[in-house]
Amino acid sequence: MDTCIEKIRTICADLLAKGKVQKVIGFAEGSIPMASRPIAVTSKEDVAKLVFNATCGLNLANYVSDVLPKEGKIAVTAKGCDSRNLVTHMVENQVSRDQLYIIGVPCTGMVDKRKIAALFEDEITDFIEDGDTLTIVSPQKKEKVSKKDVLRHNCRVCTHRNPVVFDVMAAEPVEEQSLDQPFADVDHIAAMDPAARWAHFQELTKNCIRCYACRNACPLCYCPTCFVDESSPQWVGKGQDKTDINTFHFLRAFHCAGRCTDCGACVEACPMGINVRDFTRKLNKDALELFGWEAGLDMEKRPPLDVYSPDDPNDFIK
Amino acid sequence: MMGNLLEHMGVERDRLHFSWISSAEATKFVDVVKEISDKVRALDTDKKFAKDYTK
Repeated sequence: MDTCIEKIRTICADLLAKGKVQKVIGFAEGSIPMASRPIAVTSKEDVAKLVFNATCGLNLANYVSDVLPKEGKIAVTAKGCDSRNLVTHMVENQVSRDQLYIIGVPCTGMVDKRKIAALFEDEITDFIEDGDTLTIVSPQKKEKVSKKDVLRHNCRVCTHRNPVVFDVMAAEPVEEQSLDQPFADVDHIAAMDPAARWAHFQELTKNCIRCYACRNACPLCYCPTCFVDESSPQWVGKGQDKTDINTFHFLRAFHCAGRCTDCGACVEACPMGINVRDFTRKLNKDALELFGWEAGLDMEKRPPLDVYSPDDPNDFIK
Repeated sequence: MMGNLLEHMGVERDRLHFSWISSAEATKFVDVVKEISDKVRALDTDKKFAKDYTK
């Protein structure tokens, strides 16, 4: 991916110099290794700050509405999932196609930072990516790992690595994966009996501190006032009562029904390491099975829960 | 999909009902409510989404 960052920087510098876009949203190095953060670059001198590597796990579509100027365009570097969320944004009228210049970045997956951190007892001081080989350094040791061994789960099951919409591509498209069992994780939970399923989700969310990082990192969550922040009426309690935690996670997930692209930003952002995708994955599976729908692939189609069709499944209505 | 997610989380499917009843269909309304009540009563008492205010 090192080669494509040069191309990204060249494209961005050119766009900014010619005034084609006012800002570029991309990734920059974080303050510690593996903590790439989103950045909005406005001058071509700052273009050198842009990076793209296997730690750019957040979803940049999330930041588009925040930095959108009243007039003119912004450029966004978009992995497969980011591009699908840009499509979702456009379908939901959050941004229009002519306000965006999309720099497509084919993606071979992002790393699971917790998995890497678990290999070390001390703090990681350096992270070097060279193709599929990652070299991770701490004061105690230096570890070489293969990127595909430490990929995030959503990247391992990703079937849309190439951007679905773009103005320019920063590299040649990569080969898409085909999976025999795309929803093995959902099936695993579904195979349990009801009490075990409930116990699984209780165990999953028991450490939730209600920080809402999952919501904030999610490009789908753009409501001006989120249901959890409403006080009149107060839909859900604010504390760590387990009923409130259950309500929050259930409703947060359901608000993503038929819209989630499984980008993994929610899990990436969670400070407690909760795999909140266990909720949304079930919805994605149902959207695919009931409506043949994967979010963010087609600008012309309305999301399944947004539109009526005579062949919608309706056997749940008595 | 909502019912499916609830079921996936371990909440019994019979706790959620959807029905389409016209304001002129009083008898259907009564029948549906009866059916729902019976189905929910048949399940064990459940406190999954009930907040414990005694703490």
